[in-house]
Amino acid sequence: MLLLRRSFTMAVICLVLFGFVYALAGTGLAQLAFRGQANGSLTPNGSLLIGQNWSSSRWFHGRPDDTGPYATNVATGVAGGDNPLVANGVAGGSGATQLGPRSKTLLADTRALVAYWRARGVTPTPDLVTTSGSGYDPDISPMDATVQIPMVARATGVAPRQLRRLIASQTHGPQWGFLGSSYIDVLGLNEALARLERG
Amino acid sequence: MGFFFTILALVVALGLTWRYLGSYMAAVFEGRVHFLNAIERPIYWLLSTGPSKEQTWKRYAGSMIVFSGVSLLFTYAIVRMQGSLPLNPQHLHGVSPALSFNTAVSFVTNTNWQNYAGESTMSYFSQIGALMVQQFVTPAVGIAAAIVLVRGFSRRHSPTVGNFWVDITRCLLYVLVPIAFVFGLVFVAEGAVQTLAGTLTVHDALNGVTQTIPRGPIGFMESIKQLGTNGGGFLNANSATPFENPTGLTNFLSIYLVLSIPVALTYTFGKMVGSVRHGLALLSVVVILFGAVVGLTATAEHQNNPAVAAAGVHSSVGNTEGKEVRFGDTSSALFAVASTSTSTGSANAAYDSFTPLGGMGLLTGMMLGEVSPGGVGSGLYTLLLYAIIAVFIGGLMIGRTPEYLGKKIQAREMKLAGLGALVMPIAVLAITAIAVSVSAGRSGPLNAGPHGFSEILYAFTSQGNNNGSAFAGLAGNTPFYNVVGAIEMLIGRFAIMIPALALGGALAAKDVVPESLGTFRTDNAMFVGLTMAVVVIIGGLTFFPAISLGPIVEQLSHGRFF
Repeated sequence: MLLLRRSFTMAVICLVLFGFVYALAGTGLAQLAFRGQANGSLTPNGSLLIGQNWSSSRWFHGRPDDTGPYATNVATGVAGGDNPLVANGVAGGSGATQLGPRSKTLLADTRALVAYWRARGVTPTPDLVTTSGSGYDPDISPMDATVQIPMVARATGVAPRQLRRLIASQTHGPQWGFLGSSYIDVLGLNEALARLERG
Repeated sequence: MGFFFTILALVVALGLTWRYLGSYMAAVFEGRVHFLNAIERPIYWLLSTGPSKEQTWKRYAGSMIVFSGVSLLFTYAIVRMQGSLPLNPQHLHGVSPALSFNTAVSFVTNTNWQNYAGESTMSYFSQIGALMVQQFVTPAVGIAAAIVLVRGFSRRHSPTVGNFWVDITRCLLYVLVPIAFVFGLVFVAEGAVQTLAGTLTVHDALNGVTQTIPRGPIGFMESIKQLGTNGGGFLNANSATPFENPTGLTNFLSIYLVLSIPVALTYTFGKMVGSVRHGLALLSVVVILFGAVVGLTATAEHQNNPAVAAAGVHSSVGNTEGKEVRFGDTSSALFAVASTSTSTGSANAAYDSFTPLGGMGLLTGMMLGEVSPGGVGSGLYTLLLYAIIAVFIGGLMIGRTPEYLGKKIQAREMKLAGLGALVMPIAVLAITAIAVSVSAGRSGPLNAGPHGFSEILYAFTSQGNNNGSAFAGLAGNTPFYNVVGAIEMLIGRFAIMIPALALGGALAAKDVVPESLGTFRTDNAMFVGLTMAVVVIIGGLTFFPAISLGPIVEQLSHGRFF
């Protein structure tokens, strides 16, 4: 009986101290010190950390996640729309396609994506025909952006040279020079493009 | 080049952690750290216990089992009743009984297997009060069990092995909470979300779309998720989502955090038994096995995805399916190996979409018994079981009574070590065999062909080793997978931990035999090789037939798609 009472007491102590005191102290400190990040790195147009569905050729596209040009999951036939809560057609959350490397479905999906890009005058890179781990990767690589220049230049009338400069200015190198890969935030890039067009 | 520097930075950071966190943890468990006395003392008062009240191994194990049972009840009750509890801005309903049971077992066994999507299933109250609390408690329990086994070697003629309540309290207050809090803040500074304000709807005027963005108290859960080798994320896609793992730096810190305590515990072991060289020998086993699996997986993931290649797209950036651009192929592979070799199971990419050999690397990390370096605490005590078997085999070879650190290894010790080492392979293979024999099991996989078998094998390997990662195409939220998986997670946790505690008790009662010229050395390269051979034979050979049917067949099926 003493053992049972002790166990209950310890469970309550853990619930209070290591659950709520820890989480609330953390939330308070985060909101004081890093308000922007703690609330989701928001801009007027969305979050810099959540990919969106850029379907018009006027904008640089993100990766073909649920929130890319590929808004219907071919495997399940579920339309994702632009909701990160239904990413990649996975109702209920972020998520990848989970298709294996020798999956017929993956092969068919990839071929459909290659055709999608070719129809827009773009020679696709691997990132542009594969889906990400989260289902809403907010980033593309500098190469992924560069191959889209002909498409965006034709639709917006902005000179390819200017677009190349824009891409260079929006490229983040690997953090501290070696952690992770070079990337471009697609929302940041398109917001910069909108500023460029407004002059 | 970036990958080389990442590895270099990791080696330097972990080397320092091995030395300093290792000796700090020895001080914590020897009762030499007191800076939070103001909280520590009242906890002992509430529990009417204290450092002077030592327990036998049986009482210690009893406390651990009853406390784990009560934790299970709390976790189950909270997720079942979350509909009537506060901190539920999305008005989510209570979770179904089978899923609640699976989830409670999963978090109480440090597995963090998730048959649910966090952002659309769990309220903030459940995430904080049921799931994150266990992410603190279960690593403390695991480390306490490892410390008991270490005390078995460091004590002589001792009927007792320490006090369970004191050990977990000290571990929580002096190790887990301070480190998790500091790193939680770093995660938030880098972009991880930390708010109680619920989901947010935003309209993008540029392209005319409206999004609903999931949020929550994520950043501070992220640090303990990794540090405690838990792995259960707030969001469904875990560390692949930018809100959990926003940058290259947080990705690196995640890898560092999952490895830090399991690596440092080998130093703690050496320090507490009075021979750092013995800790170094265990660390060498860990580093060699881990390095080999990283080499295999990173090389495999640097190849193009077969389906992408067949669609005519050439890749110089490796297999990009299921991976995030900001991490890239090799950093994703390193994270995946760190996560699967430590019983963490967090994921910054879709492991299901790894190349056949890359996926095999992840399976291997788990099949070696989670000892390279394994989960917090569980890695050390499982590795010590293997080391004892190695000592026994070495002793047989030279015809002497086997000894490890001056303790005679006799029939009782060998039975316990053998039991602890064999229970996992038996459970994994038997349950996988059952699952592929019944239609409830065969209906799980998303993928066809050998990869479908790999999904089932991976699920039960993961749960039997309390890892929690998945080839997540498998539809796991069914009565069959919920219940069978829960039973296997319980076996994987307690059927190894209890023999380890019993072994600690048996060894602590023994005298120390003085070292002589004929003593089999257990701190040199020969012993490292012998221990590694035991790990590879038990893990590798036992599972080789099963692996051949999955990843190896898949790798050899050139040009075929399923």
